[in-house]
Amino acid sequence: MASTVGVIFSSINEENVPELTKVRSIGSIPYGGRYRMVDFALSNMVNSGITTVGMITKNNYQSLLDHLGSGKNWDLARKEGGLILLPPYINGTETLYRNRLEALKGATSFLKKAKEDFVVLTDSDAAYKLDYSKVIDYHVEKNADITMVYHEHPVRKTHYYMTFDTDKNGRITELEINPSASGVKKNFINVMVARTSFLLRLIQNAIQHGYTSFGRDILSPNLKTLNLYAYKLDSYYANIDSLASYFKANMDLLDKNIRNELFCDRDVYTKINDSAPAKFTATAKVKNSLISDGCLIEGTVENCILFRGVKIGKGATVKNCILMSENIIGENCNLAYVISDKDSVIRDNRVLAGCEMQPYFINKGSLI
Amino acid sequence: MLRKKECVAMLLAGGQGSRLYALTSNIAKPAVSFGAKYRIIDFPLSNCINSGIDTVGVLTQYQPLVLNEYVGNGLPWDLDRTFGGVHILSPYEAKTDTSWYKGTANAIYQNIRFLKIYDPEYVLILSGDHIYKMDYDKMLAAHKKSGADCTIACMEVPIEEASRFGILNTNPDGTIYEFEEKPEKPKSNLASMGIYIFTASKLYKYLELDEADKSSEKDFGKNVLPAMLKAGEKMFSYCFEGYWKDVGTITSLWEANMDLLGTVPKFELRGNDRVIHSRSPLAPPAFIEGEVINSIVATGGDVEGKVVNSVIGTDCVIEKGAEVNDCVLMGNIIVKAGAKLNYAIIDEDVVIGENATIGAAREQAIKLGGKTSGIAVLGRGVKIGKNGKVAAGEIIDKSV
Repeated sequence: MASTVGVIFSSINEENVPELTKVRSIGSIPYGGRYRMVDFALSNMVNSGITTVGMITKNNYQSLLDHLGSGKNWDLARKEGGLILLPPYINGTETLYRNRLEALKGATSFLKKAKEDFVVLTDSDAAYKLDYSKVIDYHVEKNADITMVYHEHPVRKTHYYMTFDTDKNGRITELEINPSASGVKKNFINVMVARTSFLLRLIQNAIQHGYTSFGRDILSPNLKTLNLYAYKLDSYYANIDSLASYFKANMDLLDKNIRNELFCDRDVYTKINDSAPAKFTATAKVKNSLISDGCLIEGTVENCILFRGVKIGKGATVKNCILMSENIIGENCNLAYVISDKDSVIRDNRVLAGCEMQPYFINKGSLI
Repeated sequence: MLRKKECVAMLLAGGQGSRLYALTSNIAKPAVSFGAKYRIIDFPLSNCINSGIDTVGVLTQYQPLVLNEYVGNGLPWDLDRTFGGVHILSPYEAKTDTSWYKGTANAIYQNIRFLKIYDPEYVLILSGDHIYKMDYDKMLAAHKKSGADCTIACMEVPIEEASRFGILNTNPDGTIYEFEEKPEKPKSNLASMGIYIFTASKLYKYLELDEADKSSEKDFGKNVLPAMLKAGEKMFSYCFEGYWKDVGTITSLWEANMDLLGTVPKFELRGNDRVIHSRSPLAPPAFIEGEVINSIVATGGDVEGKVVNSVIGTDCVIEKGAEVNDCVLMGNIIVKAGAKLNYAIIDEDVVIGENATIGAAREQAIKLGGKTSGIAVLGRGVKIGKNGKVAAGEIIDKSV
C-alpha cells in the first residue's frame, strides 16, 4: 500500500457527552466491555498497514495515556514511527486549541517530519471497521485533493456535523454544516485522506488567513477549485454523540451480526488486562449479555454489558445496564437502564432506573 | 558496574507428560490449557515475576512449538528485558557430545553457560506442571538465612498418598537427613514439590560430578539430591502452605480446574493478589444467553446452551440446546445444538456435532475407573460428527 501516516484526534467533540468525558478524553471512553473508543481508529490504522500514528491530545488525557502506554498492544512501540503522542503545544501568546484546525496546527512538525506520502485523519468517537488503504486507493484513482468518508444514516441534530451531496463520480458538489433538513443523509464521519504535502499547505494557508474551521473556511468555499471526493463506509458505524447514542452503540453489540462485523477477525486491539475469567455462581441467571473477565455474577443479569471485574450480588436484578469496570452491585439491588462509570459501588437493596433515551448515569467512583 | 542477577530460575518444561494422553500428543505439558484462559506455564512464570525474579530459562525438548510461540519474548509476564527476561533453552548441537536432555539434571548441566551469563548466587529450579501461587522470594530468604546449599520446597500431604511423591525426612530444625523417591513405606508426609533453590557454586559442582557418573540417570530427585546429602551438604526443607497441585494426570488436571469454581474456591485466581499473567487473547467479552451455573467462562465465547460446573475457555461456542456438565473446555471449541457433554476434558479446536454424546454423568462415569477415572478426553483438533458418541473414560485423539 501507499506509505501513509495517521493522525487521530483523541479529544474532539467532547462537549457532546459531558458525563463520560468529565474524567477522560473522548477516545478513552470505555466501550463494549473491554475496549476504549480509540481502539477502533487505532486498530483500523494498524490493520491498514499504517505504522506511524500521531495522537493529538488536549486535556484530561491521563486516562488515555494509561490506556495507550507505549503502544505495544497495537504493535506500535517501534523504533521507526510507531505511536507518537502530540500533547497540546502552546507558546507564549497562544491558548489551548479550540477546534480541529488549531489542533492540526499543533501537529505540523509531526507531519513535516513524516516521510509518508499520504495522511489519514480520524476522530476517536466511533466504532467501525475500515481499511484506510482502500480509501487511499480510491483517493489516488480519483486524483482527489481530499477524500472524505461518509456513512448514510438519518441526521442527528445534536452537535456540529457535516453532510454532503455528490455527483455520480463521487465528487462532492454540496457541503452543508448543521443542515436543517432531516432524513437519511451522507454524514461525514470525520475520516479524511490527503497527500501529506497538500494537507501541510492547507494548514499553512489557514494559519496565514486566521481560519478556524476546516469545513466553513476551507472546504465549503472551495468546492469548485478543490477536488473533494466522498468515500462510502458501507458497514456498521456507531458514534458517541450523546449518552443515548452511547447506550445504543453498546447495546448494539448484543446483536450477533454487529458483534461479528466488528470482532470476528479478533483484530480490534486494546490494552490487555490479566483478570481471571468471569465466574458464575449457583445463583447466577444471565441472559443476552456480554460478560467480561473478572466478573462475579451471583444475581440476575439481562441485556447488559458488564465490563471487567463487575460484581453482581445475590438477589440483585440488573437489566439493560452498562456497568463499567470494577462496579460492585450489592445484594437485592434492582437496576434498569443504568450507565455506571468505573469503580462505583451500589449498596444492597438500592433501586435505580433510567430509560432508553435518558439512561440513569452514575459518576465514576460513586457510592450509592 | 558488574551486571549480575542474584537468582535465576530454570523452568523444566521438556517433559512429555505421557499421563495426559491425547492432551499432550502435539504439545508439551506446560503448554496445556488450564482454567479457561491460562496455560500451565503461566503459573511458574507469574510466580517468578511476582517474586522479583526476572531471569528465567525455560528448558524445552518435547514438542516445543506451541510452548515457544506462547512464551515468545515474555512480554505478557513483563519478562521482556534488556538484561535478563525469559529465554527458551532447547537442546543444541555442540562440537562434541551433541545430545538431547538426558534428564532434569543433565538439562541444567547443558545450560550452565547460560547461567554463568548472569552469574547468579542462587539458582531456582522449577517444574512446568504445577498449579499454585508461591512467593519464591520468601523461600530464597529462608535459604539465605539457613545458609543452606540446597533448599527443597515441600508440603504436607495425606500420609496415605505420600508414596506417590518424593518424601523428605527432616530433623526438627528443618534439615533433611533422608530423601526417598516414592517410598513404599513413607516415614513422613512432607512431599517435595519439585522446587529447589541451590547455591549456584554447589549446583555447578554436583551437576559436574553427576555428569561424570556413568551410572547416574541424570535426575535431580534420584541422583543429584541424594549425592549432595551423602556428601554432607547442608540441605533444608521449606514448608509451603497454600494451594498446590501437580496436574500431571487427567484426573488431577480435571480436579484442579474444578478447584477454581464456587464463591469460595479452593484456588482463587480473582483479585489483585499475585495476579497470574497470561497471553490474553483479543476476544470481546463472552456473550451469555443460556444458563450458566457454577462455572467460569473466558472471553470470546458465545454460550447459548446450558453449562453447569464447568470451565469454558476462550472463544468457545455452545449452541442452543447443548448441555455441558462437569467439563473442562479448553478453547476455540464448538459444541453444536443438542450435544450432551458430561465429565470430559476437551482440548482446543474441537468441534462436537449436533446431538453428539460425550462421556457419561459423573456419578456413573467415576464407577468405571480406568486410567482417566471415567473422564472422557478429546484431543486437539478432534471433530465429532453428528450424533457421534464418545463413551465415559474414552480417549480420542483422531476425529470420529
